[in-house]
Amino acid sequence: MLYFARWKIAVITLVVIAGILTTLPNFFSAKTLESWPGFLPQSKMVLGLDLQGGAYLLYEIDKADYVQKRFRTLEGDIRSTLRDQPRIGYTGLGIQGESVQVRIRDLSQLADATTRLNELRSPLVNSVFGGQAVNEFDVNVSEDGLVRFTFSQQGLDQRMQSIVQQSIEVIRRRVDEIGTTEPSIQRQGSDRILVEAPGESDPQRLKDLVGQTAQLTFHMVDTSMSAQQALQGRPPAGTVVAMSTDDPPIPYLIAETPLLSGEDLVDAQVNFDQRSNEPVVSFRFNTAGARKFSVVTQQNVGKPFAIVLDNEVISAPVIREPITGGSGQISGNFTVEGANDLAVLLRAGALPAKLTVIEERSIGPGLGADSIEAGKLASLIGAAAVVIFMILAYGRFGVIADIALAVNVILIFGVLTTLQATLTLPGIAGIVLTIGMAVDANVLIYERIREEMRAGRSAISAIDAGFSRALGTILDANITTLIAALILFQLGSGPVKGFAVTLAVGIFTTVFSAFTFTRFLIAMWVRRARPTKLSL
Amino acid sequence: MALLRLVPDDTKIRFMWLRKVSFPLAIVLGLGSIALFFTVGLNYGIDFKGGTVIEMKTQGPADVAAIRSTMSDLNLGDVQVQQFGGEDEVLVRIEEQPGGELAQQAVVANVRDAFAEDQVDFRRIEVVGPRVSEELARAGVIGVGVSLIAIMFYIWFRFEWQFALGAILTTFNDVLITIGLFVVLRLDFSLSSIAAVLTIIGYSLNDTVVVYDRIRENLRRYKKMSLTDLLDQSINETLSRTTMTSLTTLLALFALYAFGGEVIRSFTLAMIFGIAIGTYSSIFLAAPFLILFNLRSNDKSDDETADKQETGAAPAA
Repeated sequence: MLYFARWKIAVITLVVIAGILTTLPNFFSAKTLESWPGFLPQSKMVLGLDLQGGAYLLYEIDKADYVQKRFRTLEGDIRSTLRDQPRIGYTGLGIQGESVQVRIRDLSQLADATTRLNELRSPLVNSVFGGQAVNEFDVNVSEDGLVRFTFSQQGLDQRMQSIVQQSIEVIRRRVDEIGTTEPSIQRQGSDRILVEAPGESDPQRLKDLVGQTAQLTFHMVDTSMSAQQALQGRPPAGTVVAMSTDDPPIPYLIAETPLLSGEDLVDAQVNFDQRSNEPVVSFRFNTAGARKFSVVTQQNVGKPFAIVLDNEVISAPVIREPITGGSGQISGNFTVEGANDLAVLLRAGALPAKLTVIEERSIGPGLGADSIEAGKLASLIGAAAVVIFMILAYGRFGVIADIALAVNVILIFGVLTTLQATLTLPGIAGIVLTIGMAVDANVLIYERIREEMRAGRSAISAIDAGFSRALGTILDANITTLIAALILFQLGSGPVKGFAVTLAVGIFTTVFSAFTFTRFLIAMWVRRARPTKLSL
Repeated sequence: MALLRLVPDDTKIRFMWLRKVSFPLAIVLGLGSIALFFTVGLNYGIDFKGGTVIEMKTQGPADVAAIRSTMSDLNLGDVQVQQFGGEDEVLVRIEEQPGGELAQQAVVANVRDAFAEDQVDFRRIEVVGPRVSEELARAGVIGVGVSLIAIMFYIWFRFEWQFALGAILTTFNDVLITIGLFVVLRLDFSLSSIAAVLTIIGYSLNDTVVVYDRIRENLRRYKKMSLTDLLDQSINETLSRTTMTSLTTLLALFALYAFGGEVIRSFTLAMIFGIAIGTYSSIFLAAPFLILFNLRSNDKSDDETADKQETGAAPAA
């Protein structure tokens, strides 16, 4: 056990050097690192949100809301399909829980109706199952003329998948625009999106920016009755009452179907109104949108129209003259930041469905810095206590164990840096715990050597036996902890995952440093000092 | 230099005799913990119960009473306000609001509005909705269960079934008592508590495995010795190591408890307690279990399999 082949010595040395080199960048500023030669590793450890501050936002697609919205469109499609020539008489068209139903009046037309309605099943091209088409809806026709549309499971799953994808793209465009931090945006499960923004100092703004649907629509304002009257009585067919963003909100009676929507926009920018000097958002339509806008404004000079964002009226100007250039501006008592955010939202486009925050964790930069300081202090004091204790207990061998411990910590940092694993506060706790437990292997070996000496062995043979007898125990003991760490990694999120990672990494480095490296150091010493008696 | 010895070299403490005390004690503590768990219950944090936690730093010493009254004006149900770390730091816990995911989000906005921006620095805001908390709770229970089973299989594979069963019962008892501590001290039971429990499982088994390793070795060496004497001797032989390792680990953990900051204090406290319990149980419970399970009754086959495994795992010196 005390003989080391040349190549083994080389490997041990290389591992230690690699550990030192990969750990080193963490102690220098990014600026100093730039001046280092390119062959040296320069990446630093990734700090978790709890250490550097930032926001963790878990969103879920509001499935029920999406289904409702989709059903409403489907309802309209069914209506127009059945009204096509020759008309098919129907009754009871509406959304019933999880389905859209319609009853065909004349059973002799049922076959024709079925053919037509089957067209509405909306085949989706399935990318997952080799391009095979899947219908979004299942259609169930019963003999008494009742036709029921329900979402097919596969169809809904696929819809959700593409909604998540689209949402991620929209969110990315939005956060790229504010550009202060680089958040990571990931799909989680089938209908969730995780946004992590390390270093984000204003999580509220990020939340507003990410979570807003930002569906912009233009509606004519109905002037046939006042909004107050409509609220009390019944609004005329095809109109709805929408509230404004003012405080207190003002109701507007607007046409239900929008003239134009945000999809027709090509650009939006913040400008300042020349007269009032207030920030406004100016926008430009694409060609089709511009043409539509020009026609509408020509027909409705003198009438008000409403600019609606997510069902709230942000402005309701009167059309003074036909707007043919395809551009316009929204003034809605914005602050500069508010106008800027709206422009960003309009440029990035609307989210395909409503998103709900289901988990939020945001940590201010101050707390993160405090945690790092506390973690550093605790690690140093803990390590110092262990180091002193080992020397008191094992003398020269304690010093060797301490050197191994130092190598161990360096290796943990090196591995974590190389893997770009995230260091969290519980992760630091994991390292401190590892410091405490790492010497366990040394203790096992040393106690074993003491025993072997008491049993009458010579110094060298006691050392030899101590190492080989302790190996099996060290492996058993560490594998059990490793199993717990791996499971923790599987189930944990964020901080807990960080703890599991350092614990697992610590186990591997511990077995190397406390067993292999310690043995190496002792072998070197034995070769030089040729001890006959051990002070252990 | 005289080296520090925690335990004299040749102790001959009759641990097996102590099982008459340690077994009933373990059963009482274990059952007591179960009873506490079902009657008083754990003080679940927002990870498992849902709700909102807000940590804020005020300018100058915090007026906890004023904050409490501001919060109660917001009508958010059960709200706890407490000092957290320094005297200008306050932790506010707000129970899960009825009305699903959106209702939780409204809480944060309301609280932000209730305090002047320049007076209070919101250092940490955590909101867990009902759906996520349910999932985290399930994942936590599954995690602890799966790791216990996985480790049991590993020990079964490396040792005999008596060892596996003994190790799992010992560890399970440790987990129970740790949970009992959480109940008694009203510690916040959160995701990091699950991490603490899993680490305790790992550590306690680590300790137990070291003792079992020695027992297995001595079983082969002293074929004639009575099981009770053999277990006593094995524990005495490993006693020095057991206490040494516990002490170094505890030293590190105490440093973390004292200086590691408020956020992980309850995590560290649970760990310190768990390490102490784990050490106790690997001495006073793990080995006596083997007597209970009649380890020696089929000595011969034991030795054969044990030998085979030993050569497979560690090359002889």
